[in-house]
Amino acid sequence: MSEARQQSSIVGRPVPRKEGRAKVTGAARYVDDLTLPGMIYGATVRSTVARGRIKNITFGEGVPWDELTVVTARDIPGANAVALILLDQPYLASEFVNHPEEPIVLLAHPDKHLVERARRAVLVEIEPLPPVFTIEESAAKKEIVWGEDNTFKSYLVEKGNVDEVWSRDDVLIVEGEYRTGAQEQLYIETNGVVAVANADEGVTVWGSMQCPYYVHKALIKLFDLPEEKIRVIQTETGGGFGGKEEYPSMIAGHAALLAWKSGQPVKIIYDRAEDMAATTKRHPSLTRHRTAVTRDGKLAAQEIEFTVDGGAYATLSAVVLSRGTIHAAGPYYCPNVRINARAVATNAPPHGAFRGFGAPQSIFALERQMDKVARALDLSAEEFRRRNFIREGETTATEQIIREKVDMAGLLARAFELSGYEEKRGRFARENAGRGKVKRGIGFATFMHGAGFTGSGEVFLQSIVGCEASSDGRVHILAASTEIGQGTNTIFAQIAAEALKLDYDMVEVSRPDTASVPNSGPTVASRTCMIVGKLVESAALGLRQTLQGAGLLAEVYTADEWREACRRHTERHGALKSFSQYKAPPDVVWDDGKYRGDAYGAFAWAVYVAEVSVDLVTYDARVEDFVAVQEVGRVIHPVLAAGQIEGGVAQGVGYALYERVAWREGRMANSQMTNYIMPTALDVPPIRVHFEETPYPYGPAGAKGIGELPMDGPAPAILSAVEQATGVAFTHIPLMPEDLMKELGDARD
Amino acid sequence: MNGKQKAHIEFTLNGERAEVAFAPHKTLLEVLREDLSLTGTKHGCELGECGTCAVLLDGRSVLSCLVLGLDAEGRSVQTVEGLADAAGLHPLQETFADTGAAQCGYCTPGFLLVAKELLAHNDNPSREEIKEALSGNLCRCTGYIKIYEAVELAAARMRGEEMELPREAVYGLE
Repeated sequence: MSEARQQSSIVGRPVPRKEGRAKVTGAARYVDDLTLPGMIYGATVRSTVARGRIKNITFGEGVPWDELTVVTARDIPGANAVALILLDQPYLASEFVNHPEEPIVLLAHPDKHLVERARRAVLVEIEPLPPVFTIEESAAKKEIVWGEDNTFKSYLVEKGNVDEVWSRDDVLIVEGEYRTGAQEQLYIETNGVVAVANADEGVTVWGSMQCPYYVHKALIKLFDLPEEKIRVIQTETGGGFGGKEEYPSMIAGHAALLAWKSGQPVKIIYDRAEDMAATTKRHPSLTRHRTAVTRDGKLAAQEIEFTVDGGAYATLSAVVLSRGTIHAAGPYYCPNVRINARAVATNAPPHGAFRGFGAPQSIFALERQMDKVARALDLSAEEFRRRNFIREGETTATEQIIREKVDMAGLLARAFELSGYEEKRGRFARENAGRGKVKRGIGFATFMHGAGFTGSGEVFLQSIVGCEASSDGRVHILAASTEIGQGTNTIFAQIAAEALKLDYDMVEVSRPDTASVPNSGPTVASRTCMIVGKLVESAALGLRQTLQGAGLLAEVYTADEWREACRRHTERHGALKSFSQYKAPPDVVWDDGKYRGDAYGAFAWAVYVAEVSVDLVTYDARVEDFVAVQEVGRVIHPVLAAGQIEGGVAQGVGYALYERVAWREGRMANSQMTNYIMPTALDVPPIRVHFEETPYPYGPAGAKGIGELPMDGPAPAILSAVEQATGVAFTHIPLMPEDLMKELGDARD
Repeated sequence: MNGKQKAHIEFTLNGERAEVAFAPHKTLLEVLREDLSLTGTKHGCELGECGTCAVLLDGRSVLSCLVLGLDAEGRSVQTVEGLADAAGLHPLQETFADTGAAQCGYCTPGFLLVAKELLAHNDNPSREEIKEALSGNLCRCTGYIKIYEAVELAAARMRGEEMELPREAVYGLE
């Protein structure tokens, strides 16, 4: 590792974050920092019921309605559907509502206090229809609330034949059922946009977002305008975590509709309560496992039924389900696997993208089940894992042959060494037998996370990145991939600088603006570094090739020679640009019909260890220490990479122990930061991060993906530690003090 | 009160005398952002839950969403825009930018000001004291670890010690 670091001047080094200075001086401009002349403020009237038929809309007294811009479904120039995968979700409900908080009427006025008063004065009369709120009710078709059978998508993965295993007399069969709750992304900057829209100039939107071209595509359909009439510009974005993947298409459409009708620029900024209640959250899930193991502790069959609650509309549920399905069998080799996966409809606001994208749900279930099976075999959790870790040349559940030099046993050993696992495990067992009211435990999870779009996703995306060299030799990267805090600007500049052997300061990343950058795909799926970064690298190399092909640059060159070559080339030929488009690495084959093949170009591999204390008086469970060991290919920027892990682990601590959405009739009742609790500085343990670096040949400078990985491991590791502390194998998250009290209340006395 | 009637205050803003007129119901947050165009101060909830809008009022951190603009009359307000001076960035700004303490950057101004208040009273805070001081500010990106490191490094530099981050803070456990 340190050898690779020494060979390189830029990759692997903690260069300053590109937009760091702007962020610490207050100069960075987020969407609510923009003000346009004549700008007015928009607000959204939403459904208060989960499901019903709209009977009547009345505009109450005491509001100067003639001063307000009012938009309903009738005002929509194009299609009343948010274009994503299906076209089932309306921008504005016109006849039926299918979830609480569903948008029905839009309002705008120059005075934002008045627009809020007006919003409260709109009365929407809705005749209720019977709703469905749980996975079980939906699966049982208590009511059909979406399509033919409440099913957005289902997948079947079949490897070998599990049915031949259950009756064998040399296997032990263990069953388990696991649940995970919804989770709010809780980026600190709420969703917001500013829009200008008129028939002459078309539609321009500035906003906080992850995927400018998703918004672009959605607005084309909404306004029925040609693509060059729609322009989407990402402003500095105060966190996303998936929560600004699909929802910005909705709010951008709303602001644009108000701008179109009023003829004035419109700003919509959600307040915290609206953002929490109305926008997407992580899909709740229910997973059933049936596992057969031989007496010597080898997996013989895994049957997994994985169901996620998609909420009221399809949105991204099919792809969330896909990632969850593929990760459901984990980093283990098992000859016989069947995974039945389904995303079902309920009358909750649509669940959506959140870091991990289905994988944290299915991995939680699997890791808890692995602990349970180990117990049934009377093996230690680690020894059972060691006997089943997937190795190079073996196949995953989708029969992808692992061609990476994976060493899960090595990662496990490293994580145990760094955390003192074995010593603590023994010590806590002895101490917990005493009379102390605080019990301790240590536990772990072993897992993997695929980088890039699943299956043939990257082939369909056909992402493009451009690089432009100006006459002064500066290199500008043109991509729609957004900086949302994770460090896109910095690592792209590092990758290009490294490829061209130029100073980091000579490379800049252009602001994502659909009028000036090509579509490098969405900023999701741990793809920005590995997939888009590779395109940055090859587009940058294309610049050099052009200059060398024109005889302006030697094989080895100084920065001054580079500048001179760029000056001469642009003088003669104008702009010097190079574009690179995605090509799948060789031997990557995926069969969508059978759901079989190479699900991801590469996986990141990890072992996380959590240490907890559980107070038997207050039922407070706390994470006291955390060690995160992972192999993510070459690390481009050690500080940013560690920041991804630390931030992801903190979100995972919240997912496991604090963040509970209180549902009331499909509505989030605790849409505030005082009663929906994300970890504060006092709740996050020391997080110690270690990277093993095995360069991946098809990633930029050898890097793989990292962003989602740290969301997968904390929850199962923490519950495993709680199990040691309390002796109870909890099977659901979030695990709240009241759950602990219910289970342990008797044990206290 | 007539909605169109404006309040008028004089106060010290980032070390300079300032005057501003605004609708009297406005919070200090709104006055700063809307009437003084100082958009460096952010908002995350406007209910006093997240700490994002923290500024210093007479050197003490307050949540500007919970303070009326009128309450700033005759007092001294410091925002993120006032942290740097002619000599350059404040040490906290340097370390927040360089050590990964600012990811999305949205919570950063609030953290900077609360950290500045801490260091004004305690030039060598322990990790526990830093955690306690910053526990009213929410950050969803970093897990807080790099923020503590940035505060520690800035404190050391402000004490006149030549200090860089320990290798483990940069490269992780090796």
